[in-house]
Amino acid sequence: MNVMSKDVDSGLTEKVSVRDLKFYYGSTLALKSITIPLYERQVTAFIGPSGCGKSTLLRVLNRMYDLYPNQRAEGEIMFDGENVLDMKDLNLLRSRIGMVFQKPTPFPMTIYENIAFGLRLYERLPKSEVDARVESALEKAALWKEVKDKLHSSGLSLSGGQQQRLCIARTVAIRPEVILFDEPCSALDPISTAKVEELIDELKHEFTIAIVTHNMQQAARVSQRTAFMYLGELVEFGDTKKLFTNPTDSRTQDYITGRFG
Amino acid sequence: MNEHTVKSYEEELKLLDRRIAQMGGYAEKLLVQAMDSLERRDPKLAEKAVSDDVMVDQLEREVQDQVIVMIARRQPLANDLRHIMTVVKIAGDLERIGDLAKNIAKRALTIAGESYPKPLMTGMRHMTEMVQNQLKDVLDALTALDADKAMQVWRNDQQVDAMYNSLFRELLTYMMEDPRNIGICTHFLFGAKNIERIGDHTTNIAENVYYLVHGVPIADDRPKGDKTSSTLITPRQ
Repeated sequence: MNVMSKDVDSGLTEKVSVRDLKFYYGSTLALKSITIPLYERQVTAFIGPSGCGKSTLLRVLNRMYDLYPNQRAEGEIMFDGENVLDMKDLNLLRSRIGMVFQKPTPFPMTIYENIAFGLRLYERLPKSEVDARVESALEKAALWKEVKDKLHSSGLSLSGGQQQRLCIARTVAIRPEVILFDEPCSALDPISTAKVEELIDELKHEFTIAIVTHNMQQAARVSQRTAFMYLGELVEFGDTKKLFTNPTDSRTQDYITGRFG
Repeated sequence: MNEHTVKSYEEELKLLDRRIAQMGGYAEKLLVQAMDSLERRDPKLAEKAVSDDVMVDQLEREVQDQVIVMIARRQPLANDLRHIMTVVKIAGDLERIGDLAKNIAKRALTIAGESYPKPLMTGMRHMTEMVQNQLKDVLDALTALDADKAMQVWRNDQQVDAMYNSLFRELLTYMMEDPRNIGICTHFLFGAKNIERIGDHTTNIAENVYYLVHGVPIADDRPKGDKTSSTLITPRQ
């Protein structure tokens, strides 16, 4: 059953609906009743000072926190009619909600295997199909031209920017519905950053994207919606153009203009 | 409002405000000098107004250069971005106001030796005072970030336009009465038009102050009162 709700104002579909989400690290409340939609085929940026809970929120969205003891979430994250917090098959969940991290994390194997590995985990495919999917993923990650002649060299031989795009290719290959980016460019030079941003622009035609970034201009460039978080609360959420030119909350204004405190 | 974490950013914004305030001050002064030189037939004062306009131009260039550097270095957002963009636009309006005042002073130089119908100056003086007050108010509104005051200026421009309409008719009447008046009255007509244009630039500034404060443009259409483009007066045969 598909019970995605429609946003009346903008005619957008909510791919993921976070409702009244609370998150605890042990006894510390890190997210205080967050309610926010991720709209389908849009980029939603999360900004806020360190410790505001933006990365935590991202990690709750595909249950990354399950890897750690003493962390728990309350509330609802509706994703195509199901509550993410109740899901049992986390591998399946993470194949549908993929994630790209701050530092590139290629596996110590060939470029080809970096992508094929994930594919084989979820699907049984003939070799020709795997080849095609690897190529298409590398194409989508704008990396194909650079690596097509060295698919069997180690993924670790690539530059930082290429490694990050390899990780994006790996995520894209298994055809997720949502991709979470946790500061994907903070370790990259400006040209690699521009390539990843261009990529995000392309990917949003197929995927729903959430990105955490400390770079305000990046959030302004790549996203259609922006959420400003502070001390575990969602302070302001709205149209990116509006938020960066005329924010409603004075805390948002102080933060994005570098006046915080 | 809180101060920026980076002190030099705060100082740059203050410097920008000082430059624009200085520009506003010069523009006001030029308008006064230009009108006084016209009224008193004082070619020295007129010459001073013509040469002083250089300072307004110079300040506009400084504002522009500073803003370009600030955009490159600070990548301003939200109210800072609106602040910086607004200041550039206001500097452009003030520069135009300076030019228009200078043009009045040039005309004052040209007609310094001529005689003209006395009542002519009364209307000109009245209209100039109106525009001077408008300009002063809008500069105060900018300094105080007072959007209500800016709105007031914006609405008042209608009265300037009405005054201009009546001056226009008056000048044409003098010309029809005695063709020897045509030369001087044409200079007065252009002078009056310049003052009316200064009024328009003043309302542009008011619109920008409103946008700076609220982040959205003024919603209404500005009431426009200059009807001279559709006015035709013909001499009775």
